[in-house]
Amino acid sequence: MAMLELENVHTYYGNIHALKGISMKVEKGEIVTLIGANGAGKTTTLRTITGILRPREGKVTLNGEDLSQFKAHEIVYKGVSMVPEGRGIFGRLTVSENLDMGAYSRKDKNFAPDLERIFNLFPRLKERRSQVAGTLSGGEQQMLAMARALMARPQLILMDEPSMGLAPVLVEAIFDTIVQINKEGTTVLLVEQNALMALSIASRGYVLQTGTIVLHDTAENLKKNEMVQKAYLGME
Amino acid sequence: MLKNWLKRISATDILMWGIGLIIILGVVWGSVATLSSGKYDSAAWQNLIVTGLTLGSIYALIAIGYTVVYGILRMINFAHSEIFSGGPLVAYYLARALNDNGFLAKQPIVGLVLVALFSMFISMSIAFLAERIAYRPLRKAPRLIPLITAIGVSFFLLYTYKGLFGSGIKDYPQLDILKGRTPFLGMDIQIVYIVILISAFVLLAILYSIVQFTKLGKAMRAVSEDKDTAALMGIDVDQIISATFMIGGALAGAGGFLYALMFHQVAFAMGFFPALKAFTSAVVGGIGNVVGAMIGAMFLGIIEAMGPNIFLDGLGVPAPNQLKDAIAFVLLVFILIFRPTGILGERLATKKA
Repeated sequence: MAMLELENVHTYYGNIHALKGISMKVEKGEIVTLIGANGAGKTTTLRTITGILRPREGKVTLNGEDLSQFKAHEIVYKGVSMVPEGRGIFGRLTVSENLDMGAYSRKDKNFAPDLERIFNLFPRLKERRSQVAGTLSGGEQQMLAMARALMARPQLILMDEPSMGLAPVLVEAIFDTIVQINKEGTTVLLVEQNALMALSIASRGYVLQTGTIVLHDTAENLKKNEMVQKAYLGME
Repeated sequence: MLKNWLKRISATDILMWGIGLIIILGVVWGSVATLSSGKYDSAAWQNLIVTGLTLGSIYALIAIGYTVVYGILRMINFAHSEIFSGGPLVAYYLARALNDNGFLAKQPIVGLVLVALFSMFISMSIAFLAERIAYRPLRKAPRLIPLITAIGVSFFLLYTYKGLFGSGIKDYPQLDILKGRTPFLGMDIQIVYIVILISAFVLLAILYSIVQFTKLGKAMRAVSEDKDTAALMGIDVDQIISATFMIGGALAGAGGFLYALMFHQVAFAMGFFPALKAFTSAVVGGIGNVVGAMIGAMFLGIIEAMGPNIFLDGLGVPAPNQLKDAIAFVLLVFILIFRPTGILGERLATKKA
């Protein structure tokens, strides 16, 4: 049984048919990437999984359990965390308060090991823990958004364009961290416009075009695919 | 440089600054005239300041309700005036009953605490129900719609009170232990003012620590920034909004009880002026900001208590105390013209950036 499975999912924004029957699977321990252009429906897919949007047709299951019966905040308790597009940190809360919010769904209060792990991954956050998060740089905010998602100890972490708006050197650091997080046992579904980077760390990939999945293959094969090379990797 | 600056200034700006200057001159002129005439001695000033702080602390309790609800829903809860008055109106019957069977005379402190808690509970329930019944179904509607609904809720509650309690004024029982004056911090102050000031400060301190340090408070702040992301953290946004209304309601109920203690009477329409002034305080302090609301309320309370005597009297205005409400609202207009974000609004904006 796949950890996350989408079966023929149709999602609408009002009358706009945004997802037109998407089916995909994420197995435990994988990094799977979802690539596509602007407006292809990548963020919509993630918002449907996390319950902020509801599929009008089809279903989303996590370890075999239908997620449509749960509200967005209840799905977090099932072990799904999200790094939202544009980071979505709470700018008026301090760094440690942001991390506390990440751990909101946890019943235990023993955050020390998590904080240690997070400050190992992102030493910059340790220096800035009492700083108001809105004053962090873009890269630091991205780190905070990832750290915050990890605080919930998720089994599955959804990342929406973690490389967006970051300097190339930071993008590499962020992707190294994603690999590290995955090695430590968290399954990752990564949505990216930076297809090259995404395919270099993922095991499988889906290509999304105007609400439908047009390609699905291993990352290696996708990198060699002519259509992918032309449309997403900028090769002629 | 100077040319560009001149270009950006319009005739309206100049007119506004002109009016501002005239008012400031008037205030200074009046204050100097009053102070040099020596009409009031230092004890009178002390009295005015203490009255102002007491009123201000009541306004602060009410203003919190406006400011936290605005912070979380970007909505002015116009029904807050009736949430404020509902508590003391219902608690009046408990106070009356406790007074009639002699309990208040025997156990005045326990009795007062009971009445206060009951008043807080009633206001909290009204706030909770108003949100649950009237505002929540409109959560996704354009912003103007809940605003108009709030006015509707306010009228609904107001006339419900009128029907239930009648349109007359009811006298709250007065306790012997609250009568008279006592020396406090080197001043001679009415006991009831001390009780009001201390209880208001304790409640405000509790509120501040809830917002700043508890999981609920952090979740409230997170929801006020971004509801979708807050839900992605596992925060039940509806529950936090309910809690916000209930906290605002409970504080308004406490404020209502203290108001009844100060003025010894309640009436169905008692909420209108104090709540309007509390709303002014919230705007003056920077709406959405809890500390701002407290500062704004104290400021307004003192201006209202001292203003008529200090500058209107000196300008030779007849019956200056009749104009104390006007002062509060002139202040609101000026804050809106010259500093629309309120006293602490700016800092909030830079923090957000």
